[in-house]
Amino acid sequence: MRFGAFCCAAITVLSAGWSIQASAQISGDAVKIGFLTDISGTYADNDGQGGVEAIKMAIADFGGTVNGKKIELLYADHLNKVDVANNKAHEWFDQDGLDMMIGGANSSVGLALAKLSAEKKKPFMAVTAATARLTNEDCTPYTVAYAYDTISVSRGTGGAIVDQGGKTWFFITADYAFGTSLQDETAKVVQAKGGKVLGSVRHPVGASPNFSSLVLQAQASKAQILGLATSGGDLINAVKTANQFGVNKTMHLAAILTHITEINSLGLNLTQGMYLTDSWYWDQDDESRAWSKRFFAIVHRMPTAMQAADYSATLTYLKAVKALDSDDGDKVMAYMKTHPIDDLFTKHGTIRPDGRMVHDMYLRQVKTPAESKYPWDYYKTIRTIPGDQAFNTKAESQCKLWK
Amino acid sequence: MEIFGYPAQAVLSQLVIGLVNGSFYAMLSLGLAIIFGLLNVINLSHGALYMLGAFATWMGLDYLGLSYWAMLILAPLIVGLIGVVIEKTMLRWLYKLDHLYGLLLMIGLASFLEGLLQSFYGASGVSYSAPDALNGAADLGFMVLPVYQAWVVAVSLVVCFATWYAIERTRLGSYLRAGTENPRLVEAFGINVPRLITLTYAFGVGLAGLAGVLAAPTVQVSPQMGSNLIVVVFAVVVIGGLSSIVGAIVTGLVLGVAEALVSLFYPQASATVVFVIMAIVLVLRPAGLFGKER
Repeated sequence: MRFGAFCCAAITVLSAGWSIQASAQISGDAVKIGFLTDISGTYADNDGQGGVEAIKMAIADFGGTVNGKKIELLYADHLNKVDVANNKAHEWFDQDGLDMMIGGANSSVGLALAKLSAEKKKPFMAVTAATARLTNEDCTPYTVAYAYDTISVSRGTGGAIVDQGGKTWFFITADYAFGTSLQDETAKVVQAKGGKVLGSVRHPVGASPNFSSLVLQAQASKAQILGLATSGGDLINAVKTANQFGVNKTMHLAAILTHITEINSLGLNLTQGMYLTDSWYWDQDDESRAWSKRFFAIVHRMPTAMQAADYSATLTYLKAVKALDSDDGDKVMAYMKTHPIDDLFTKHGTIRPDGRMVHDMYLRQVKTPAESKYPWDYYKTIRTIPGDQAFNTKAESQCKLWK
Repeated sequence: MEIFGYPAQAVLSQLVIGLVNGSFYAMLSLGLAIIFGLLNVINLSHGALYMLGAFATWMGLDYLGLSYWAMLILAPLIVGLIGVVIEKTMLRWLYKLDHLYGLLLMIGLASFLEGLLQSFYGASGVSYSAPDALNGAADLGFMVLPVYQAWVVAVSLVVCFATWYAIERTRLGSYLRAGTENPRLVEAFGINVPRLITLTYAFGVGLAGLAGVLAAPTVQVSPQMGSNLIVVVFAVVVIGGLSSIVGAIVTGLVLGVAEALVSLFYPQASATVVFVIMAIVLVLRPAGLFGKER
């Protein structure tokens, strides 16, 4: 009996020792990816549940396992609250052995998660959080700003509008990190091109009914352009209210940062002719169309650029883990920063030392109802903005890691 | 001419907008005040039912081709009918219990309805336009007022007045008021009190549904539209006095104006000014401005 027990114990210890050695590189029993975003609030359609599905598609397309280890997805709704996101993230990092975090909507949450991920030395792929601070003042060795940022969309959309003659601007801005960042970046572009900002007004996030007061103030400013530095449900309400008050007849509406779901909700009648800058469009090439069809079958809505970026970011990470046979944060970050990205989202993406994933952006314009031939046929592409022009340069960067 | 350092034009135009928003608040809080005042039910699903009214309007057009005018009558009836079902199947068992149970039921119902619609239509919601007759804007000189907003004020004020009149001045209203004060006695007179209560609840939520129809062309019709609004509406009712009809109407208007003016002076506070006022009123007059101590 005692000998038998001893044998069992010995075998257990030996096999445990072996298994530890065999997978010493990938920690834990699975590769765990976390995703925190707004699933039920005003930004829920920017990525939301669709983003969850996109990440699941990526995991499935990768094969479900990496070097024999299962890939697990943990996701939660952060309700646009930084403390909720922080608590969840702490729980995942400390108790569940999270290996990588993908950041969904809400820039305040994005900044908090970037800080936390850096403490835990785990990669953080900020996808939908747009504030450029993630790769400037608040850059860390573990943050990748994957899809877009307030700088690239302001340069694209803002620049195009000023070139068309829109010199005087009035802003309606979401009163938090994202809105102020977007307004500041656009104002810089406008002023650099000889335009002027006549005024601005901030709205609390989610305060839908009160846009009439703010739109009225915009109208009174007599600016040529009404810059909408806001997103999601708030943007939709602002555009609707502006149309109601006839502001679209005296001013041009500039929805600086737009997702295709917002255009879909408002309809082409209210949005035709609007300029926007984005990183990907479901109808831009055959590969995108094929993927979008699969996405549509699950989510019943065409994917936004953010959801495609969620898919791509997941694959980029998993490819790194597979090649290194390790999920060590430092090694994965080093690998990703030295290997270009070529997939559905971008054909030539590179990750800079400051964490910025550089890829082409596109200036697009919303079609008129007559030009739209089939459902979700909303955009025409005006021009491609090469990555090195869209994002900020080393000289302009505020990131201490890239000097 | 300047008022507090701002051009008179700006202040006047905000006043008008404030009245428009205020009349909206008034109508919504009226339904809430009726339900609480007469039924003692804290109807936290009011926002969700308002949202249902807006969605019903959109569905009427999208699926059945029914015009705005048809839905103006139909949507409140549909929402009222849903209210009848809620009251008869779920709410009536909770009258004898603590307020808290009714509260929990209503919160759960609101979550359920919002989640249901979100799973079908997404968080961005759907778009609904005003009918052609109400499109366009009138130039008032100091501002441009969309015709539709003027229409909302007119309907809200008429409905509020009619409701107040019905409850305070007609026999039916007196049955209602008596029935909630002393149901046994009123029943002894041969009046069907349970039916009266069901109809009152249905009327209260029907008002929410009507507000939803009025709102559909102006705000995004999304599953969240009610929950954004319900907190402010509750504050309005609390300030006005939980069971006071007049209180709900007057406070709704005043707070709409307050919100609009604050958005001119310091927009970041426009969402919080209502709660600051509520805090002050509750400290000075706990029963609300027009309320009676219970």
